[in-house]
Amino acid sequence: MPKCKYDWPEAGERRLIGKRISRIDGPVKSSGRAKYSYDVNLPGMLCAKMLGCPYAHAKIVSIDTSEAEKLPGVKVVRVIQGPGTEIQWEGDEVVAVAAVTEEIAEDALSKIKVEYEQLPHLVHEEVLTEVGDRGKPAAEIKSGDPDAAFKDKNSVISEGTYGASVIAHCCLEAHGGVYDWPDENTLVTWHSTQNVSGVPGQLAEALGIPAGNVRTICNYMGGGFGSKFGPDRWGMVGAQLAKEAGRPVKLMLPRDAELKLAGGRPSHFAKIRVVAKRDGTVTGWESDSWSTGGPGGGGMPPIPYVLEVPNRVMRHTSVATNIGPTRAWRAPNHPQACLLTMAALDDSAAKLNMDALEFFYKNAGLAGERGEIYRQELRIAADLAGWKNFWHPRGDKTPGPIKRGLGMSMHTWGGRGHNSNCTVTIQPDGSVEVALGSQDLGTGTRTVIALSAAETFGLPIEAITVRIGDSKDPASGASGGSTTVGGVSSSTRRGSVDALEAFLAKLAPSFGVEASALEAANGYVRVKADPSQRLTWKQACAKLGVTPIQASGKNPGPCNLISSGVGGVQIADVSVDTETGLVKINKFVAVQDCGLILDMKTAESQCYGAIIMGITYSLFEEKIMDRVTGRMLNPNMEFYKLAGIGDIGEIIVHMMTGPGYDERGVIGLGEPPVISPGAAISNAVANAIGVRVPTIPITPQKVLAALQKGGKA
Amino acid sequence: MEAFEYANPTSQEEAIKLLAGEWGKTEILAGGTDLLSLIKDGAACPKRLVSLKSVEGLGGIEYKEDSGLRLGAMVTIDELMSHDDVLGHYPALAEAAEAIRSPQICSLGTVGGDLCQRPRCWYYRAGYGLLATYNGKPLVPEGDNRYHAILGNAGPAYFVNPSSLAPILIALGAKVSIQGPQGSREVGVDKFFSTPSAEGQREYDLKPNEILTGITVPPAGGAKMAIYEVRQKEALDWPLAAAAVVLNMDGQTVKSARVVLGHVAPVPWPSPEAEAALAGKAVSEAVADAAGQAAVAKAKPLSMNGYKVQLARVAVKRAVLKAAQGGA
Repeated sequence: MPKCKYDWPEAGERRLIGKRISRIDGPVKSSGRAKYSYDVNLPGMLCAKMLGCPYAHAKIVSIDTSEAEKLPGVKVVRVIQGPGTEIQWEGDEVVAVAAVTEEIAEDALSKIKVEYEQLPHLVHEEVLTEVGDRGKPAAEIKSGDPDAAFKDKNSVISEGTYGASVIAHCCLEAHGGVYDWPDENTLVTWHSTQNVSGVPGQLAEALGIPAGNVRTICNYMGGGFGSKFGPDRWGMVGAQLAKEAGRPVKLMLPRDAELKLAGGRPSHFAKIRVVAKRDGTVTGWESDSWSTGGPGGGGMPPIPYVLEVPNRVMRHTSVATNIGPTRAWRAPNHPQACLLTMAALDDSAAKLNMDALEFFYKNAGLAGERGEIYRQELRIAADLAGWKNFWHPRGDKTPGPIKRGLGMSMHTWGGRGHNSNCTVTIQPDGSVEVALGSQDLGTGTRTVIALSAAETFGLPIEAITVRIGDSKDPASGASGGSTTVGGVSSSTRRGSVDALEAFLAKLAPSFGVEASALEAANGYVRVKADPSQRLTWKQACAKLGVTPIQASGKNPGPCNLISSGVGGVQIADVSVDTETGLVKINKFVAVQDCGLILDMKTAESQCYGAIIMGITYSLFEEKIMDRVTGRMLNPNMEFYKLAGIGDIGEIIVHMMTGPGYDERGVIGLGEPPVISPGAAISNAVANAIGVRVPTIPITPQKVLAALQKGGKA
Repeated sequence: MEAFEYANPTSQEEAIKLLAGEWGKTEILAGGTDLLSLIKDGAACPKRLVSLKSVEGLGGIEYKEDSGLRLGAMVTIDELMSHDDVLGHYPALAEAAEAIRSPQICSLGTVGGDLCQRPRCWYYRAGYGLLATYNGKPLVPEGDNRYHAILGNAGPAYFVNPSSLAPILIALGAKVSIQGPQGSREVGVDKFFSTPSAEGQREYDLKPNEILTGITVPPAGGAKMAIYEVRQKEALDWPLAAAAVVLNMDGQTVKSARVVLGHVAPVPWPSPEAEAALAGKAVSEAVADAAGQAAVAKAKPLSMNGYKVQLARVAVKRAVLKAAQGGA
């Protein structure tokens, strides 16, 4: 018996929890029946397009929309940013047009005349000495006695420069939506969002209507990664255009705008010195970091990452650039901090001529209370990657141009459940519905909601109907910070336990026992002490007559269903062609804990997806900015490269489960596994070729440059 | 995108009449995989598209032992890469087609279109013109030229020829057939491409009212052949450098060689220097490497593309070794 009535079932009593269960929306998605925002087409709907500024930094002098307004089929032309506005990045929206077709809207944009006064731009920050007065000292943090640590004669100092460029989110489903006013005070939005319950309030305030009059619907969405929390300018403009036109409006970003405007992960670069004792114990850290997150500059990354080096000093410079806006990108700042730290520490291990596994194992204690988890994970990851057989000291000495190497990294994340409300309804016809204003970003949220209810009711997962994606349902949190699974599974569990309790109380008289003597299991309601006294679920529900049972579930709430704080270890096994600089992933091992795993299959899928995304940002992704024009040169999927199936190698995922993990409750997993790939791959490349490629993405150009600089070409 | 007229002629004569006498007014639509994106990006604004889809006499693959291979211009990349005679007699040509990778492009894209597609230069595609100027100055030397030319790049053209098939077709001695108002003509694929010296000029020898009707490839006569592409990604990705090699052997010795580089210059780049380095030699790692070095001896990289010199050299070396070992 659980100690607290809402607790997750004990290990022996779990029917669905921890099993490999396929996504319940798999068939509807793979058959194309799932409708995304882009698929919504309403009668009389207009198409909207936005004109972006062609300069990275400019002041708007004048705008003439008269020619566009005259074009047949154009219904509304709306200036978004007027004369006098200072534009800080290329593509920033200046005017919007709603027209009867996409083509007319595009033509109208070409007829708008905007005069700009160009201002100096900065779109490169990777060399700090070249940023001029755009760089501002932002922070200095000191702890312990780094000077003494670096002066210690028996210690070894290593140093290097490391970094990660600005990348985009590149959501495969672009940002935007469809906006419709059924009457002048009511707005319905099919807005692609990670925040179904949160969008209406943000829109309503700006539009001057009550929040309750705005409804947001997002049944399916194709990726957000932290970039789809708000209504955004296009959501606001879409709603305004629709109101003015008196017709529904579709405003989805085209691919180039998606890459220029709708995301962006800040860069992080750092010159780092690490000092360690000859036995490998890391004692000191000194870093001078810099970063950009656009015109507002960029903050200090959380370095040293995971491992709390006792004596440390970190100085940071914030660089204001015109590269574009940035947003939270899957585990904000962690992948960059992880790369800077784990690459610098790996270089320290190499300088000490130590096996990196031994080095990280030795220093895992600096991770505090999770040190032992990291040690367990390091052992498992090393076994799965064949570390003993394939790791070698820096530089693969086998003949031929192809060099193989292994590299590792460790990461952490929080992941506690967000606030969530749901309604659980048992209908007299036997159907069960869970409804909440949450969203499934493609992560399996629908499936874990169904699973949590099905486990509680003793029903197969197919017996549960999940209704999410509508802000008119009970409010549930935004999907950010890996908090969704914790939030929605606990509200569903609590609501389901309460609904079941009420249901059994109704049935108790007809069984002639107390409600507490009944249970729901294997599709029956039965007497615990005599399971032969039973009704099928459907028969039992029929006894409700015409009145459904309904209960609300909440998170937070009683009993400990969730917690936070995870650790993971990843190992990359790569081959580098030293004649061409091409890096191929042979194998990638991810070992991850995330507390109690509800659905093993979707948990593993999260890791696969994260690793593919991680390989992509490690090898391919980069917002390539033109120094001369200030524009993004690769706002397309031709040169903004993403890994394909042939580029990812073999991925091995091992989830930590059982005693020590399960009893912690549910912890989110969306972000942790995407953190380490940059560091693990960078370290593997260094292990293969004997020199460090300082920054990601690790392109052939950079590999060949590093080999040449290191005298290994 | 400006509105345009769509013409669907059924004969070559009719198609030619529908084409304007100057560039820009009309464009030829074959598979459309390049043209439609050019129009969407605003890099092409034709008033009329002349589709070749229904035009007679532009399809078909024929092979004869004495005259070799004839490809209709509208043969798709898919048809080319899976045709038995191509696979059997010109394996490197089939491999070059297969290396395009994108199922969509292979299914719709044509061999004529592969030769006539426009460069992928990101400045050109962003509307700065094929010669990419900004405020009257050339953009490429000052800008991001990581994918631009390392050979034949004295200016004002810095883009690279994007064709996947041209290097191997040139190495095989292929010719293109061209039909115009004055009748038909044949041009060697090596002569078909040229480097424009002024904006508005095209990078191939086709007049605005001519159509490319087919390609003939002479019999390979037992030559060994291979291509090698250095691509960052396995899936659709433009090569950073590529090489096509055809070796006519006398026992273990190279009697004569054709070496053509791709993606390194505004035109497919035949390398007589590499060919000379191979002639009369038995192929070894050292000989292949010497050919690679010879191929790039005159390379003058721009500010950011020095790495491509190394990649071109390796592409030649590996194509030579692959050819010598039996080819594609």
